[in-house]
Amino acid sequence: MNGADAIIKCLSAEGVKVVFGYPGVAICPFYNSILQSDIQTVLVRTEQNAAHAASGMARMTGKPGVCAVTSGPGATNVITGIATAFADSIPLIVITGQVNSELLGSDVFQEADITGAVESFVKYSYLVKNVQDIPRIFKEAFHIANTGRKGPVLIDVPIDIQNASVKSFSYPEEVSLRTYKPTVKGHVVQIKKVIKELEKAKKPIICAGGGVLLSNAEENLRLFAEKHNIPVVSTMMGIGVMPTKHPLYFGMVGNNGKAYANKAMNESDLLIMVGARVADRAVSQPDLITQNKILVHMDVDPAEIGKNAGPTIPLVGDAKHIFEEFLNQEFECEHDDWLKILNEYKVSLAPKRNPNPKYVDPAAFITELSEKMKDDGVYVADVGQNQIWSCGYHIVKEGRFLTSGGMGTMGYSIPAAMGAKLADKKRQVIAVCGDGSFQMSMMELATIRQHNIPVKIIVLKNNYLGMVRQYQHFTYKDQYSVVDLSGSPDLEKLSAAYDIPFLRLNNMDKVTETIETFLEKDETMMLECLIDPMDLV
Amino acid sequence: MQRKVFQLLADNTSGVLSRISGLFSRRGYNIESITAGVTADPRYSRITIVASGDDKILAQIEKQVAKLVDVCDVKELKPAESVYRELALIKVRAKAEERQGVISLANVFRANIIDVSSEGLIVEITGNQDKIDAFIKLLEGYEILELARTGIAGLCRGTKNVICL
Repeated sequence: MNGADAIIKCLSAEGVKVVFGYPGVAICPFYNSILQSDIQTVLVRTEQNAAHAASGMARMTGKPGVCAVTSGPGATNVITGIATAFADSIPLIVITGQVNSELLGSDVFQEADITGAVESFVKYSYLVKNVQDIPRIFKEAFHIANTGRKGPVLIDVPIDIQNASVKSFSYPEEVSLRTYKPTVKGHVVQIKKVIKELEKAKKPIICAGGGVLLSNAEENLRLFAEKHNIPVVSTMMGIGVMPTKHPLYFGMVGNNGKAYANKAMNESDLLIMVGARVADRAVSQPDLITQNKILVHMDVDPAEIGKNAGPTIPLVGDAKHIFEEFLNQEFECEHDDWLKILNEYKVSLAPKRNPNPKYVDPAAFITELSEKMKDDGVYVADVGQNQIWSCGYHIVKEGRFLTSGGMGTMGYSIPAAMGAKLADKKRQVIAVCGDGSFQMSMMELATIRQHNIPVKIIVLKNNYLGMVRQYQHFTYKDQYSVVDLSGSPDLEKLSAAYDIPFLRLNNMDKVTETIETFLEKDETMMLECLIDPMDLV
Repeated sequence: MQRKVFQLLADNTSGVLSRISGLFSRRGYNIESITAGVTADPRYSRITIVASGDDKILAQIEKQVAKLVDVCDVKELKPAESVYRELALIKVRAKAEERQGVISLANVFRANIIDVSSEGLIVEITGNQDKIDAFIKLLEGYEILELARTGIAGLCRGTKNVICL
């Protein structure tokens, strides 16, 4: 047995089913050993998408997604994918091949200091120096990636270590990390303080972030909200914590969110912020969420608490545990008028659109699409105007909403959808992108074909980098610079080239039947929707 | 702006210092000095960091450093409850006739002369930063050729709150 065989044994022991990646000489021993296992390999068409696909898979399975790429450019290409996962706290194991350890530091062919380069985007990284360390390192890496505040862990393995012989292999049952012990249970005293405030609160609200989904706390949160009739808003990463049509759900907050959601959050007298970073897009004015109210900030990462807004009550711990504890405590929380007020806001502050009838109205289209999607369908939104429309008009039932929130990485949706589909083939998975973001990942159509991954792709086409065009419209008074997407391929011909069935919607006339055809079978299909180039989110 | 001294206990593995210094640079925290060395238990390093910033930044520094996987413990070394020491080596130009003046100053500060050559001498001084600053100021009458300061190392007084070694 060699180091590469040992790595594969570690992955099998961790229950890894799929590895996304792109080989090169420095990772060849790994890709040779993987042939002897039942782990599926998926050849993406650029390394960045290996990390995105692993991210899509991780978000569906709750376990770290795995990708493996070669040294040098393979490793540097994967950085954007790692940074995207890091920004959204998605657990990944990124394995990079590396040049011979004796040559490290001498700038040989395809050498890149990848552990140094990713330092600020990983939760932790390893450079394997001794083949006997492989089982311990992999055990630790999976543990670190998927506990506490989750995130990517990179393991750089020089080719000589992959080829070195291993005397005996045993995968450790337990990790012993002297220096790493994340807090899981919420502090009892702090929990009591929150309950005391809830008893007094007249206008309580919960703002749920992506951390709620990462800790599988959505059910406990919903039960708690229902038990005490507490309204819930969410950040972009928190979409899906509550079904969109739940009577206690009041939409996404932030500068691209719903006006009534922001008003609800700002007017509350007790705000429970959970699993959210309070970053600028969700809370552009942190003053508003600290003034005249009690701010409870719950997060598994103590460094998030107080970083952007000073909370009245900090509460460190895992959201699932904390809401479980809340559910076990009996107390009264009376605030009947508050919900009445919020429901009035929901009507009076509902977004008003003025769609151009010559084109597809993205809002109406997305609403109809999500109503026709399977209840547990997975909607993967890309980045750009399409993302904001998706956030605003997609209706989550029992499914998931995946997007790149923290980093806003264009091209995320198609590879992430591939990962999500491979995580659970029974589920319907739809990637919704713009024509800009589509072209950042369109090479993956080949991966979809090759590995028969039946994800559905919707391209909202407006021939512009719409989000930037919109910004230039407002900020530079329509002086457009480098946002025109002329030269884009004919998507019908492109689909034909990849042997992918294609549909087009020019306007809203045949929207219902087109969506029905599009969703009918569990097979890859592309749907192009022509959007008014001047439409605004 | 305030100044705080943090004491860290970290895994004694390669890359720890770069992870810590990288954290300071990418988050824009001010670091005045950092010293590191192995503890009595060779698995750990003790690192003393002097950082400055407002209350919010200093609180973030403590939390962000604590979050690093390699870092086992972080605590503030409060001036009243701790001892700090820094070592400085100062090379002063002094011909034979000037030497005695430097030596007398060094004696007052309990500093040691550790090297003498025809053109100058090297003084070693240990103490808190104020003492070293004061000594350097007094040497201004001479020409300081080279100066090397270690940055401070510190421990808290007493035997309470001792984590590991």
